[in-house]
Amino acid sequence: MATAPIVEIDKVSFGYDAARPVLHGVSLRIEPGSVVGIMGQSGCGKTTLLRIIAGWLKASAGNTRVLGESVRDLDSDGIYALRRKMGMLFQFGALFTDMTVFDNVAFQMREHTDLPPDLVHDLVMMKLEAVGLRGVAQRMPSELSGGMARRVALARAVALDPRLMLYDEPFTGLDPISLGVIARLIRTLNDSLGQTSIVVSHDVEECFAIVDYVYFVSAGRIVAEGTPDELRRSAEPFVSQFVQGEPDGPIPFHYPAPGYQADLAAPAENA
Amino acid sequence: MFAALRQGLADLGGGATAKVRRLGFAARFFVAILLHSGTAFRRFGLTIREIYFAGVLSMVIILVSGLFVGMVLGLQGFETLQRYGSGDALGVLVALSLVRELGPVIAGLLFASRAGSAITAEIGLMKATEQIAAMEMMAVDPIARVVAPRFWAGVISMPLLAALFSALGIFGGYLVGVKLIGVDEGAFWSQMQASVDVRNDILNGVIKSVVFGVAVTWIAVFEGYDAPPTAEGVSGATTRTVVTSSLAILALDFVLTALMFTGGNAK
Repeated sequence: MATAPIVEIDKVSFGYDAARPVLHGVSLRIEPGSVVGIMGQSGCGKTTLLRIIAGWLKASAGNTRVLGESVRDLDSDGIYALRRKMGMLFQFGALFTDMTVFDNVAFQMREHTDLPPDLVHDLVMMKLEAVGLRGVAQRMPSELSGGMARRVALARAVALDPRLMLYDEPFTGLDPISLGVIARLIRTLNDSLGQTSIVVSHDVEECFAIVDYVYFVSAGRIVAEGTPDELRRSAEPFVSQFVQGEPDGPIPFHYPAPGYQADLAAPAENA
Repeated sequence: MFAALRQGLADLGGGATAKVRRLGFAARFFVAILLHSGTAFRRFGLTIREIYFAGVLSMVIILVSGLFVGMVLGLQGFETLQRYGSGDALGVLVALSLVRELGPVIAGLLFASRAGSAITAEIGLMKATEQIAAMEMMAVDPIARVVAPRFWAGVISMPLLAALFSALGIFGGYLVGVKLIGVDEGAFWSQMQASVDVRNDILNGVIKSVVFGVAVTWIAVFEGYDAPPTAEGVSGATTRTVVTSSLAILALDFVLTALMFTGGNAK
C-alpha cells in the first residue's frame, strides 16, 4: 500500500497581485523520509512555494495538503498547530539577537511545553551537540560566524523534532567548510530524526549531493524533475543550462530590451 | 493640461486613500494588540524586561530635563510674579505648570524620541532580519510575544516618567526659587499644597500622560511592525515614529486641555 505523501501540491497558482503572477499550476508530491530539492534561478517562485507550504501565503488556486491537512482551509490557529509539526531554517538563520545561543534553542521548548528547566537544559545541549556547537551555548548570536549562526538556527529549528523541515537557501553565503557541514547536517538530521525535508536552493552540487529528488522551477512552473543522477544526464535545455551553469540558453543572458543601436542613439534622459 | 490636472487629482486621491487605509491598518493593529495582551500580563516578566528598556533607560534624560525645565520655570516665573508682588506664589506656578502641562507633554516628547524610536527600530530590524517570520514559523504569535509586552511597557512607563519629570521639575524650581533667589520656603510649599488639587490637577496630568503613553507606544510598535524590511525602511519608520508621536502629543494635549481645564471644569 502506498504511503500518503507528507506534502501534496495540486495545480497551485499564486500571485502577489493580478499583474504579477508568480506560480502557475504547480503540482508536486513529497514522500515521507525523503529530502527533496526545489531548485531554480533567483526570483523563479521557489521561496513563494515554500511559503505556501508553510501556510504563510494562500494559493489563489489549487490545493495544498501538508501533513494531511488542507492548508487553505485552516484558520490561524490551525496554521499555528500545523507549524508546530514543522521547522524552518531561514536563509541567514534569523536568530533572536537579544538572546544567547542557549535561549534561542530553548525558545520553542519554553513557549510550547511545560518541561522543567533541567530537562530543557539537557535537550538544548543535545541539540547543540548534534550541530557541534555545545561550546558556544552562552554566546550571543553577534559573536558567531555566519556558518555557526546557521548551525545554531538549525538546532533551534529541530528543537521540538518536527516531522517536516523547510530549508530556505541554506547554503547562501557560507564558506566551503561550513557549506559542507550544513549539507551533511541536513541529511543526517533528516535520517536520524525520521523527518522529511524540503531544500530550496540554487546551489547545484551541494543540493544534488544530499537530496533524493529534485523539482526544477522556472518562471513559476515545474519544468523538470527527477533524481540528481537523472537530471545530470538530462538533455532538457533548461536543466542542462542550470546544472552546467551556462550563461546563455533558455534563460537568456540579456533581459528583454529595445534594440541596442536605438538605445545607444537615444538622448541621455536618464544620465 | 487637463491630463496633468487629472493626474494631479488622481495622485492626491490615491495619496489620501493610502493614508486612510494605513490608518485603518493601524486601528486593526491596535485591536489585535489588545486581543493578544494576555501573554504580556500572564508572563509579566516579558513586560518588566521591556519596562527596563523603555522606562528605566529613559530615566536619565527625563530626570535631567525635568530638573532644568523646573529651574528655568523658577527663574522665569519669579521674574514675572515679582512684578505683581506675588513672588511667594512661585511654588504654585511651578507645580501647576509641570503637573498639568509640561510634565506630561515634555516627558511624552522625550519618551517618543528616546524609547519610541528604539521600539520602532528594534521591531523593524527584527522584521528585516526575519526574526518575526522565524517566530511565526515556530507557531509563536509575534504580536503577543513581541508587540504587546512593548506596548504595555510603554503605557506603564509613561505616567511614571511624567511623574518623575514633574517631581524633579518642582525640585529644580525649589532650588532656584528658594535656595538661589530667596523666596520664602514655607510660602513656596504651603501655597503649592493649598492650590494644587489632586483630582483637577494631578489626576488630569496622570490621565494626559497615560493617553500620551498609549499614543506614542501604539505609533512606535505599529511603525516598527509595518516598516519595509530594508535599512531605508527601518530608518524611515523610526523618523515617522518621532514626528507622528510628537504631533500626536501636541494635538492630544490641546484636546485634553480643552476638555479638562476650560468651561465648567475650570478651577
